[in-house]
Amino acid sequence: MRPFVMACGLAVLFALAGAVPAFAIDVLPFKDRAEEQRFQNLARQLRCLVCQNESLADSSADLAKDLRNEVFEQMRQGKSDAEIKTYLTARYSDFVLYNPPLRGGTILLWFGPLVVLLGGAIAVVVIVRRRAAAAAPGRANPASSLPPSEDDW
Amino acid sequence: MLPLAGFALIVVLLAFGISWMRENRMNEVPSPLIGKPAPSFTLPLLHAPEQSFSESDLRGKPYLLNVFASWCFACLDEHPLLMAEARRLGVPLVGFNYKDEADDAKRWLARFGDPYSVIVVDREGRVAIDFGVYGAPETFLVDADGVIRYKRIGPINPMILATEIKPRLAAMAKGDS
Repeated sequence: MRPFVMACGLAVLFALAGAVPAFAIDVLPFKDRAEEQRFQNLARQLRCLVCQNESLADSSADLAKDLRNEVFEQMRQGKSDAEIKTYLTARYSDFVLYNPPLRGGTILLWFGPLVVLLGGAIAVVVIVRRRAAAAAPGRANPASSLPPSEDDW
Repeated sequence: MLPLAGFALIVVLLAFGISWMRENRMNEVPSPLIGKPAPSFTLPLLHAPEQSFSESDLRGKPYLLNVFASWCFACLDEHPLLMAEARRLGVPLVGFNYKDEADDAKRWLARFGDPYSVIVVDREGRVAIDFGVYGAPETFLVDADGVIRYKRIGPINPMILATEIKPRLAAMAKGDS
């Protein structure tokens, strides 16, 4: 019984650890919860330039801190989210956006996965058809005279 | 056999992807500022903090702006090259001391040498954000009209200097005459 209780306790601990927001903490003087949420939401859409797989919200890089301050100050100046994003892309290109805009250079980025998915779907259909043809010897066609594969996957 | 072949294919693809990324320096953020006017700035001088220096003081001639800091290890990679070549470039090499302590920067320059024509100080890194700086060293080539023509991210090496920077400087010098 003891080990089970301990395991439960550990599970709860881990669950709680996951719930703690993983922000790189610096104390910004938010005036209310709404402002803080707007800030965090914006910072999560922006990419840290230094450690490029982290958002501005998560990164503890020095530059990320500077940029968070910049974002915060511009929010205070009454700039909209779009204006702040424009400010950053003018300096650091679309790279700072985790959600890149749809345009010539990003078509592959947006639709590449769809193309890969389609390719996979076509491959599945072709394989299934071939197997169906091979399994029906009565209607055997010459194309299906493949050697039986030992490992089908 | 097929799973093994599939695995091998994935390994080869991954290796290709990694080498392609390194070759094309995919982790570099291309600057949207190339071809645009350099941001205006007014910053204090390292050796005379009471004096301010702005980009208009440089207008009319091309210059190189080199972002450096005493905390920056990679800056030491390019430093000997800057020491050797700065006077032979024919354009001012402007030092941009980035998020540094003035005393540390002075000590660093006293120890390793000072290749710069003039050094401006961006203690808070605000002007650096306008330049799209995201690390050090970075080097900008600005033409006589104040337009950014080229940006190097990371240390300059002899090859970069010979193939990327000097030809551009030569072309600019020709354009002047």
